[in-house]
Parts: sequence; structure tokens; C-alpha cells
Amino acid sequence: MKRIALFLIPLAAFAVLAVFLLRGLWLNPREVPSPLIGKPAPVFVRPTLHAPDKQFASADMAGQVWVFNVWASWCTPCRQEHPLWNAFARKQLVPLIGLNYKDKGDAARGWLAELGDPYQVNVVDADGRVGIDFGVYGVPETFVIDKKGVIRLKHIGPITAEALDRKIVPLIQQLQGES
Amino acid sequence: MSKHWRAALAAGALALAVAAGAQGAVPTDADPVVHKREIELASKLRCLVCQNETIAASRADLAVDLRRQVREQVAAGKTDAEIIDFMTSRYGDFVLYQPPLRGATLLLWFGPLLLGAIGLLVALRVVRARRKVALAAPLSEAERARAAALLRGEGERR
Repeated sequence: MKRIALFLIPLAAFAVLAVFLLRGLWLNPREVPSPLIGKPAPVFVRPTLHAPDKQFASADMAGQVWVFNVWASWCTPCRQEHPLWNAFARKQLVPLIGLNYKDKGDAARGWLAELGDPYQVNVVDADGRVGIDFGVYGVPETFVIDKKGVIRLKHIGPITAEALDRKIVPLIQQLQGES
Repeated sequence: MSKHWRAALAAGALALAVAAGAQGAVPTDADPVVHKREIELASKLRCLVCQNETIAASRADLAVDLRRQVREQVAAGKTDAEIIDFMTSRYGDFVLYQPPLRGATLLLWFGPLLLGAIGLLVALRVVRARRKVALAAPLSEAERARAAALLRGEGERR
């Protein structure tokens, strides 16, 4: 009896450890859970990329579901996700607002002219302060914001077709049903 | 790491950054009190881009921006708690190098202590069990004589 226990206890301890380590293999340490989910989105007023004398106020989006995508022309993964946003915009599901994060205006406008512009509006965040308010630490990042202005989802890193089809589009449809 | 060590490291990193002419790392304030608090706070905050560096040590863009935030808020007279709260409300507890003590982190804080205690208990039990075996079977006269002979260095004949 005692011998069996001596054998089983280390085995059980090893099994527990193995389960934790195995789980760790599939976790992405770069994905830090955001404390902003379920909280009101930060309010900001910033000039737009294409008309710098015009301002965009996040408060204007109240009452509709919208997608907020943080990008920059210096960001390589943004180039990777861009065709997906072009396709997403063609569906005309919800407004896609871009946050041009710490970028140069000319470079950003050139980037959109070359790759296509899926954004309804692009907001300029030259010094990165809006980004900090949204807890941005790795561009690209994407937020889904509901009709009440609450952040419902944050996607860190380049968007994937799978994330769009399985998470973002179903969530948008659900949120559009809410009052 | 001791406090001095950390301060020395931060100072070293700062000196390097200044030497390299990095923007933002250069203390812009004439006020040494503000500067000291900025470094102290920045040494407690994690740079989320590099993850294993504080924003005091890192030269990543985000770290420079966050350090600027800290500096501005210190200069504006915010308390340490308010500045830490500003960071955690945006980036979560992960931004803190020292995780706060709460329900979900109890195991993190006291797990090693618990494992140590279990180890100590097991060790105690094993020692006691061995002592019992030793006491239960005392040496016979012949064994005693043989042990004494060995101790005198007389060796054994085979």
C-alpha cells in the first residue's frame, strides 16, 4: 500500500505539472488580457488623416456598433491584415474607423492609396496618447465598440479570417440586436 | 534584486540611453525630485513590448511614451497611487512588476511557501520513521563489538 502511494504521488504531481506546461505551450504570452473589456471606450477628439483641419470625435459614434482598428504604415503585420479589412469593409456591416498610430501623414496616405482604404474615417494619433488610453502596446490592434460606447472585444496583433468569421462578425451581429 | 541594485541598473540604463542620445530618456526637468520619482515609478512598471524590462530600462517606443506619461503626471502633482492606477486601468495588472496581493494571486505569492512546508513535513516524517526503525532494532553484543573494532581501525578479516 505504502509502496503504491510512493509511486503514485510523484506521478500525480508530474501529471499536474505536465497539464499546466502543456496548456502553456498554446498560450500566447504577447496577449495580455485587457482590463478595458466591458468598460466605456476612452473619449477622444483628433484630426482626421485625409482632412487634417477636420476633427473626429469618438462621441459621434454613439448609438452604433463600430470597429476601431489601430494601424501604422511602419507596421509590417498591418500590411498582412489589410486585405482582410478591405474585404470586411465591402460587406458594409459596421463603420470601420482607423487610428493611425504614431505615423507620418504622407506615409500613411500613401500606404492607403497603394493598398486600398477600407476605413470610413482615419484618426491621427501622432503622439500615441489615444493609443495609451486604449491600452495599445502592439500594433495592429482591433476593438469592437457597442452602441453604448462600451468596448466589447479587443484583438491583439493582425486580424485573421478565422477571428473575423468566428468572433468579430457574430459579435457585431449580436451587438446590433441590442438596444 | 536589492533596491540599490535596481537603482544602479536604472541609472546605468539611463546613462547608456543618454550617451546614445535617445530621445525621452534624457531627463528634461531641472527638478531632481520629479526626475527621481519618475525613475522610481518607471522601475515598477513593465514595458509591454519587451515584457521582461521595466519602462525605465527599455528603449522601446512605447516605454518612452509611458515614461513621458509618468513624468507629466508626476510634474502635475499626481500621487504614486494615481499614476499606478492610470497604468493598470489601461494595461492591467501585468504592467506591474510586482503583482498585487489578491484572491487570484494568492497561489503565486504563497505557493512556494506551501511547497516548502509540504517538503519540510515529508522530510520530518521520513526522519522520524527512520529513527523508529533504528530504535526498534538495537545492536546485539556481537555487533557492538564489531563496530567498536571497526572504529579502532582494526579492519575485518575475510
